[in-house]
Amino acid sequence: MTAETIIQSLASGLLMGLLYGLIAVGLALIFGLMDVVNFAHGEFLMIAMYATFFLFAFFAIDPLLAAPLVAAALFVFGAVVYLLVVRFAVRAKANAGMVQIFSTFGLAIVMRGLAQFFFTPDYRSIAHSWLGGKTISIHGIFLPVPQLVGALVSIAAFGALYFFINRTDFGRALEATREDAGAVALVGIDKNKVFALGWGLGAALVGLAGAVMAMFFYIYPDVGASFALIAYVTVALGGFGSVFGAFAGGIIVGLVEASTALLLPPSLKSVGIYAVYLLVVFIRPRGLFGSI
Amino acid sequence: MDTNFAQRRRRDLIVAACLAAIAALVPLFVKDVYVQNIMVLTLMYAALSQSWNILSGYCGQISLGHALYFGLGAYTTALLFTKFGVLPWFGMLGGGLISAIIAMALGYPCFRLRGHYFVIATIVIAETALLLFQNWDWAGAALGIDIPVRHDSWLTFQFTRSKLPYFYFALVLACIAWFVTWWLEDSKWGYWWRAVKDNPDAAESLGVVVFNSKMGAAAVSAFLTAVGGSFYAQFVSYIDPESVMGFQFSLLMALPAVLGGIGTLWGPVLGAVILIPLTELTRSFIGGSGRGVDLIVYGTLIVLISLARPEGLVGLFSRRRKEATR
Repeated sequence: MTAETIIQSLASGLLMGLLYGLIAVGLALIFGLMDVVNFAHGEFLMIAMYATFFLFAFFAIDPLLAAPLVAAALFVFGAVVYLLVVRFAVRAKANAGMVQIFSTFGLAIVMRGLAQFFFTPDYRSIAHSWLGGKTISIHGIFLPVPQLVGALVSIAAFGALYFFINRTDFGRALEATREDAGAVALVGIDKNKVFALGWGLGAALVGLAGAVMAMFFYIYPDVGASFALIAYVTVALGGFGSVFGAFAGGIIVGLVEASTALLLPPSLKSVGIYAVYLLVVFIRPRGLFGSI
Repeated sequence: MDTNFAQRRRRDLIVAACLAAIAALVPLFVKDVYVQNIMVLTLMYAALSQSWNILSGYCGQISLGHALYFGLGAYTTALLFTKFGVLPWFGMLGGGLISAIIAMALGYPCFRLRGHYFVIATIVIAETALLLFQNWDWAGAALGIDIPVRHDSWLTFQFTRSKLPYFYFALVLACIAWFVTWWLEDSKWGYWWRAVKDNPDAAESLGVVVFNSKMGAAAVSAFLTAVGGSFYAQFVSYIDPESVMGFQFSLLMALPAVLGGIGTLWGPVLGAVILIPLTELTRSFIGGSGRGVDLIVYGTLIVLISLARPEGLVGLFSRRRKEATR
């Protein structure tokens, strides 16, 4: 193992980690807002990837241009899921925790079934996008361009999110609602509207991630399942509800995954991520940056 | 508790005995192998879900990693039999004990975690075990283990000509899991678990040993789940990591209880009787060629039940019961 291979894999790990952060941040946002974990988050990613694929296949829209469209479509989808399913799940009086988990799990299963039904279980990929398959070399370190652009998109998205939460009216309403949903009603903020917009925003972020992922990853009905667990670990590692935690958690997960792949057979690369998650929560039961 | 409660418990026991007796007679009239197969799976999932319910329903520690114990049971039996010629009955017992010990060893650090941190830890641990088994050459790695058929007998617990022995064993398993739950419900453990589930901090201050009650629930739950796994290995006579330790098993074990009623005595049974035949039938009649219709039906059912009847379907019965006693 030379220094070059180590730097090479850490660099790819960092790029992938930034993408993991982008995949996970919607989950963190929604949890922070209303203490709900969306167990269909991976399936949100899956439909975003399919949307990107079909925009490319039917309208020849490059994933890079499709990204904002997909994010917008996912925004609507996320808000609708809140209004149709989650809104009722959080009202449950009996078994509240279970209801949240299994209503979103059920949704995930339905979405996977619908994807199989309409899109077939075939693996698809976007063959000739602008960036697909291109690499650039910096001092002998090769970086795949789609992942590099994905990482930049991720950094930009986190920057925008930071600005949005801290500087806009809606961001303040979001922050106020997460602190005390009962009190905001008194100042005329509609809690349901804020939650729906929060779900929309969370879904839009994973939509952005899906558009980027579609440039270099296979698209199939179960694709979400492979990334969902990484997203939960990322969010939990950073501390549920912390947007910054998702960013840091993503980078850690990416680097740990790359390092594990150097030391163990590639099929075991996730073991490193899982071990780090367990180690962190055993020492800090609320994750690295979790406050609650 | 009060006489009403004692009466209800006695009635539960009588109802269970009657149902078991009726179930035992069903194969006399149902000769179709396909239907018998569904009945075996239904009973197995009733037993598994009942076991899951002890830790997740009664004690409130939601596990989505029970596939680990199911897989450990299946692998212990299969490995002991194929590598050392140990009879499956000992493998079953051994698998149960190993799982109970591992459940407590894992519980030691995990039970300090709360809420989603705990749920995700259970998924992560089961996935890690899955990956390790997929890479463990001695245990057949990803290809798994083919359990050679010696001869049809109760000694080797292998039956190629008829599914009936499996049916009766699954029935016994479901009865044992039900009875253990029934018995624990009224023991000090049952009260501790409900206290831990409702409010762990208050339970602690009232002198309930929260940590020990969770460990007890984990051990019982894991033991029974592993016995189910051993049974499954004998039933299908071929196992591989994905098919006995995959995440879908963790979910499949939880769903009957979710559907029927989490933390209730009858929930897992009711849920399994509805869910398993429904899944199997949709799969074979409209779900052909992997088109996912079974998933759509299944998922929709779960969403609707958890939204419309969070207390599960048993709630329908108990409400009527309350009105009747009024």
